[in-house]
Amino acid sequence: MLTKRIIPCLDIRDGRVVKGINFLGVKDVACPVEMARFYNDSGADELVFYDITASFENRPLFSGILEQVARQVFIPLTVGGSINSLDDFDRVLKCGADKVSVNTGAIKNPQLIADAAKRYGDQCVVLSMDIKKVGNSYHIFAKGGREDTGIEALEWAARGEAAGAGEIVANSIDTDGVRGGFDLPLLQALSATVSIPIIASGGAGKRQDFAELFKLDGVDAGLAASIFHLKEVDIKELKQYLREQGISMRL
Amino acid sequence: MIAVIDYGVGNLFSLTSSLAYLGAEAEISTTREQLQQADKIILPGVGAFGDAAIKLRQSGLEDTLKEQAAAGKPLFGICLGMQLLFEKGYEYGEYDGLGLIKGGIYPLTPDLRAAGFDYKVPQMGWNDITIVAPDCPLLKSSKSGEYVYFVHSYYAKNCDEALAATCNYGVEVPALVYSGNVFGAQFHPEKSGDVGLKILKTFIDM
Repeated sequence: MLTKRIIPCLDIRDGRVVKGINFLGVKDVACPVEMARFYNDSGADELVFYDITASFENRPLFSGILEQVARQVFIPLTVGGSINSLDDFDRVLKCGADKVSVNTGAIKNPQLIADAAKRYGDQCVVLSMDIKKVGNSYHIFAKGGREDTGIEALEWAARGEAAGAGEIVANSIDTDGVRGGFDLPLLQALSATVSIPIIASGGAGKRQDFAELFKLDGVDAGLAASIFHLKEVDIKELKQYLREQGISMRL
Repeated sequence: MIAVIDYGVGNLFSLTSSLAYLGAEAEISTTREQLQQADKIILPGVGAFGDAAIKLRQSGLEDTLKEQAAAGKPLFGICLGMQLLFEKGYEYGEYDGLGLIKGGIYPLTPDLRAAGFDYKVPQMGWNDITIVAPDCPLLKSSKSGEYVYFVHSYYAKNCDEALAATCNYGVEVPALVYSGNVFGAQFHPEKSGDVGLKILKTFIDM
């Protein structure tokens, strides 16, 4: 049976993991390669890397790191951050990414989704969305969640699917950082709208939050960063727990 | 030396990295001579069947590939590369495959719906395999219940003779097939963690 996926997310700035903290047996916790290996050994089903390097000059650092990870870790790797063109797709795919996630780049140029899907296949294009509830509807926010684009999130998701996105990452700004659980109403609405896999992001604080998440049929994966980085939740124990709850997990 | 065929379909980085990680000598290959000189051949691929079949034909390697397989050289098709080993593919039309394994490649969706499942297509993610041919040399280090990584919207049918391992996605999906020295994996061994590396290692050591 196809399993639900647990995905740690690593933010990389200037070649280092941001928010990395004490890991047993990992000497350099800010080293993306060591972190990736650690998560692979812990049973992570996939890894997501976001390049949050601000300066253009330091961009090649990220490519180098991605290549090092891809030479040693053999699970699916998704890469995002500053993906604005097919050249950007090309750059990270050549360094070993399996999937590429677009966010602001697709808002600025929606054609990017279709162009990338045509060239690299649907399975390669992940539409990442920062979503916040505004009044009675959900809006897409840009610039790291600071700017309301006014775009209706469910419509945007449907447009992304139609254009050829193979997966959606739904990051709820409302639940992000609160650690009170995933944004279940949003995820429910999304799963009623699209039929491509949905990766939930934002709000995980404890393992029970994942159990609640996966009770929603249409959600395929849960993504989190700090609770894994801070060792508040151990991926191996989490997956064992979820399997005991009757959720299909790779162990 | 393992020849990894490059016919312009998909990204070879992960595959060549995994082979290097396992200590195998691999060469990205675009010529007949490279296929003739290699000890083993891997046919990778991502994308649509028809497009890939045409590209493989245009590469001029199709006949050599068939000759080498007929001469007993181990050949391993991965994902779309596995699908191309079959006789026919029915993705956006009807296309001829290599015909090295009996059966055809069909869309998942209608069969899933007919079986009463609303599962998503592509099947994307980790699924566990059931070994149905324990004698398959490529599976000698593998066990039923191990998880491998799939991404596909089409699957092989009418290939009972060649079945080595299956997975359950509402319908029975051939995960690994073989016929003599010709092997095919619907999943990505180069993306399936230690379980996948083990299968690649078995191929390397064959």
